[in-house]
Amino acid sequence: MSFSISLTINGTRRDVLLEDARVTLLDLLRERLALPGTKKGCDRGQCGACTVLVDGRRVNSCLSLAVTLDGAEVTTIEGLAQGDRLHPVQAAFIDHDGFQCGYCTPGQIMSAVGLIAEGHAGTDPDRIREGMSGNLCRCAAYHGIAEAVQDATRRMAAEDERASA
Amino acid sequence: MTPFDYVRPASLADAIAAWEPGAAYLGGGTNLVDLMKTGALRPGKLIDLTRLPGLDRIEALANGDTRIGALVRNADLAHDADFARAFPMVAEALLSGASGQLRNAATVGGNLLQRTRCAYFQDPHSPCNRRDPGAGCAARSGDNGGLAILGWSAACIATNPSDFCVALAAMDAVVEVEGPDGARQISFADFHLLPGETPERETALHPGEVIVAIRLPAASAGFRAHSRYLKLRDRTSYAFALVSAAAALRFEGGKIAGARLALGAVAARPWRVAEAEALMIGQTPDRALFDTAADVALNGAAPSGDNGHKIALAHRTAARALALAAEGTPAQMPAFPASVFGGHAHA
Repeated sequence: MSFSISLTINGTRRDVLLEDARVTLLDLLRERLALPGTKKGCDRGQCGACTVLVDGRRVNSCLSLAVTLDGAEVTTIEGLAQGDRLHPVQAAFIDHDGFQCGYCTPGQIMSAVGLIAEGHAGTDPDRIREGMSGNLCRCAAYHGIAEAVQDATRRMAAEDERASA
Repeated sequence: MTPFDYVRPASLADAIAAWEPGAAYLGGGTNLVDLMKTGALRPGKLIDLTRLPGLDRIEALANGDTRIGALVRNADLAHDADFARAFPMVAEALLSGASGQLRNAATVGGNLLQRTRCAYFQDPHSPCNRRDPGAGCAARSGDNGGLAILGWSAACIATNPSDFCVALAAMDAVVEVEGPDGARQISFADFHLLPGETPERETALHPGEVIVAIRLPAASAGFRAHSRYLKLRDRTSYAFALVSAAAALRFEGGKIAGARLALGAVAARPWRVAEAEALMIGQTPDRALFDTAADVALNGAAPSGDNGHKIALAHRTAARALALAAEGTPAQMPAFPASVFGGHAHA
């Protein structure tokens, strides 16, 4: 049985023919759509490396069957920057050394973008740590990650304020 | 993953009609897809419920009950302001489970049907009576430090991993289901089954039945001022419970007028003992009373392996959850929900 689905990925509509319902969103992105920025860590929803936004919400793409997502809007790490201008979360990760080897970083950044949009953590460092607990970092760059998310939250709030002024 | 058929019915009636032996209903998929990857589950057909209309609402019914559609996502329920005000302990339990990503995907109906995290159930190469009736139980002689201390049998010592279900049990939830033979309601106490000789039978659902909603009675919101969920785990966040407790109290004139206590991760279902609750009625809250209630709640507890420590741990967790409930529901959700560290930094 094959399935024809249509996704909007980083603003671009992509029509995909799946010959098999087993394909996860993660494998679709990496293996078929040439978007390898989203990383495969555990492939079991335990590490967060595969985090992307689906219809604006952060989810583990390794546990999402692509066939279920017909019509969805997906944002990956490749879709965050505007040309050469980094997303505030990307910039903050650089400024605060929020990584070492970098493998978990796309998932960390997508999770942080989702967390900030959810709006429940604010700039409280404990609530940020709790909100980011679904993203493991084997290099243990957690200190920098938490600082980066806090700083990005402040920068984005300030940008919103400027935009509405 | 073994191959499977995939259908996305447009109505609940079509979904039920599509069911056949070997088929599985798909919600958020956070547990089912994982177990399909390990090979522990091999459904021949997935029936995708996620786009069924009308099942994603949180409603206040005319009689004061709260009705939660089965497709409401865990995160959306926990962060619904009206719901969290009425049932703060349920919200705290939800937020103490999984991660932000998983809570965004997982449905509340699916939460009730998540499978045990016993490693031998998840590993298709290990004998497991729950997965493969009659195969034997690798956990009995294996890594069983986190497994059941109550209600277990020679056939199975697995625990139910849900936090949400512990809170729902304490709040007298009712499960609304619909299936080939029509609609019915199942009280929460009857929903999950103890293993006995048939550990493969995990819930009271009949073949083909779908959870359509969870209902919380208006009376349970009367505990809102004094209710807590407390969860002990290997790390402060993003871990399954070693033991947990949902505790709720209601006071009249300084005396306890209503009491609820459910234990989690100690058995194949949330563990609630009527006598443990009844003995607190009319009493003044203090540590000795809560210790006695915990004693009674754990009556009959026995190690199923190298897990005798869980009995003392569950006792302390239950007594402490009751003491926290007596102190009062925090004005704001703690930064670390259900943690012994509360809202305080531990870094």
